[in-house]
Amino acid sequence: MTSFLYYPGCSMDSSARAYHVSIQSVCATLGVDLHEVDDWNCCGASEYFSISLTRAQALVGRNLAIAEREKNGSDTLVAACSMCYLNLAKTDHQLAESPATAARINEALAAGGLRYDPGAVHVRHLLEVIVRDVGLDAVRERVVRPLTGLRVAPYMGCLLTRPGYDGQWSSFEHPVEFDRLIAALGAEVVDFPAKTDCCGGHMTQINPTTGFELIRRLVSTADRNGAHLMATVCPMCQMNVDAFQGEMNRSFHTSYHMPILFFTQLMGLAFGADPRTLGIGSELVDARAALGHIGIEVPPGPASDERPADAEAPAAPPPRVPRGRKGPELPMPTMPRDGEAIR
Amino acid sequence: MALAASPVPVTGVGRSFLDEVRTAAGQTSRLEMCIQCGTCGGSCPSAADMDHTPRMLFAMIRAGMREAVLRSNTPWMCVSCYFCAVRCPQDVHIPDVMYALKAMATRAGRYPDSTAPDFSKTFVDNIHAFGRSFEVGLIARHYLRHYMTRLPGVAPMGIGMLSKGRLGFRPKHIRDLDGLRAILDRAGELEESAS
Repeated sequence: MTSFLYYPGCSMDSSARAYHVSIQSVCATLGVDLHEVDDWNCCGASEYFSISLTRAQALVGRNLAIAEREKNGSDTLVAACSMCYLNLAKTDHQLAESPATAARINEALAAGGLRYDPGAVHVRHLLEVIVRDVGLDAVRERVVRPLTGLRVAPYMGCLLTRPGYDGQWSSFEHPVEFDRLIAALGAEVVDFPAKTDCCGGHMTQINPTTGFELIRRLVSTADRNGAHLMATVCPMCQMNVDAFQGEMNRSFHTSYHMPILFFTQLMGLAFGADPRTLGIGSELVDARAALGHIGIEVPPGPASDERPADAEAPAAPPPRVPRGRKGPELPMPTMPRDGEAIR
Repeated sequence: MALAASPVPVTGVGRSFLDEVRTAAGQTSRLEMCIQCGTCGGSCPSAADMDHTPRMLFAMIRAGMREAVLRSNTPWMCVSCYFCAVRCPQDVHIPDVMYALKAMATRAGRYPDSTAPDFSKTFVDNIHAFGRSFEVGLIARHYLRHYMTRLPGVAPMGIGMLSKGRLGFRPKHIRDLDGLRAILDRAGELEESAS
C-alpha cells in the first residue's frame, strides 16, 4: 500500500462527485492510500489571487502548513483538481523563491498557530502519481475489461502541464503521458491537438461569449477527430465542457454531443467496476451511447436527459462562423506515437 | 520551467507605475524584462476579446499610463492558462501580472465591467464565511445580480445538475474557521503595510 497526503478540493463534494467516487474506487484497486489533509480550506481558485496576493498565499499556506504537520513517511501532497494543484504548487514555489514572502506568510500563519517551511511537501497531481509512481504496467495488470474500440480524446487542460514547475511532463503543449495511460486501458487515443488548451475556467460565469468559444474549440476538435468522448483530469474542465455544452450549442447554433468523463471513471470501467459506483450517469451530456460502442451498459439515471442517447441530432440552422475565423482551419500536426521522437 | 528570479530588485525608490505593478505581483514577476516581442498575445486564446494585447499593456505600464491600464479589460479576459508564460522568451510570469492588475483595478474601483470583480468578491466572501467554496450560493447570487436575462438559457443546465445530485445546497464549514479568519486578517494587514 502506497500512502500519500491528499487534498480533495471543494468541488469533490458537489459538482464533481463522480470524480470523488471514481478516485476512491480506482485507488482501492491500485493499492494507493490517500490520507485526506485534516480540516483543509478552499484553495481560492482563480478568484482570491485577483483580490489580494498576500491573503491568497496565506489561504493556500494554511493547507500546506497542515499537510506539513501531518506528513508521515510520504511528503507528496496529491491534488486531483488542476486548479487546486496549481495553487498549492504555485504558492509553495513563490514562498521558496522569495524568503521575504515566506517570512510574511509565516507571520500571517502564526495568527492561526501554524507554520510552513517552503518545499516541505511536494505537490503533485493524481495523474502524475498514477503514471509515474503506480506505473502503466501496474495499471495494465488490473485491466479486466479493456476499453477496446472506444475512441477517446485525451484532454489534459492547461494548468496541469503549465507553468510546469518541476518539468515533470514531456511537453508544455503536447505531452504524451495521458495518451499512454488511456492506451494502457485498451482504448484508442485519437489525435487531439487541443489537449492542453484552456476550457475558459470562470469565463462561463463572467464573460460567456469568450467561454463558449473556448468550449466550442475543444468540443469541435474532439468531434472532428472522431472521438466518442473526452477524458479529463479536472472538475472545472468537466463542468465547462459538460454542463455548458448545451448553452454553447444554442449560442453557435451547433448540435455537438461530446460526453466528457473523468479519467478515473474510464480506469474504473477498465478495472471492471460497476458503472454506477463510478458516478457514470451523472454527466449532463449523456455518455451511455459512447460507452455502448464497447458494450458497456449503464442503467438510466433517475431523470431524463435533455436529449435521449440515441436520438438523431435535431435539424439545426447553418452553423454560425465563429469569431476570428475567415476560412477553413489549418491542418493540425498529429501526435507522435510511442517510440517516435518528440520534436 | 525553472522560474528564474528577477535580476532587478524592486527598490521602491521613485516608485514608477512599473514598480507599483511589480510590487503587487510579488517581486518575482520579471515584468521589467519584457522585450515587446508579442509572443504572449499570439499565444493567448482570448486575445481577440482584449482591449490591448498583453505586450501592449506592458508597454503602457512602462509608459506610466495608470488609468488606461487599470481600465483595460485585458487582465479580466486572461483565462490564466499559462500558454504565454511558458512561451515567453524572457520568463515573464504574465498570468501573475494579470492577477496583480485585477487586484489593483478592484482596489482603485477602475474596471471596465463589474461582473468579474463581483464574481471574485462573492467567491472570496464565501471562503470567509465557510472556509470552503459554495457553488450554489455563488451561482445564485451571481446570476440574479448580473445574468437575469441568461436565466432561461441556463435553466436546463441548472435542472440537470440538480437532478444528477451535483448541487450541494448546504455549504460545508471547516472546523477552525476562527483560525483561518485570523490568518487572512493578519495577511491583509501585512499587505496593507507593505504597499
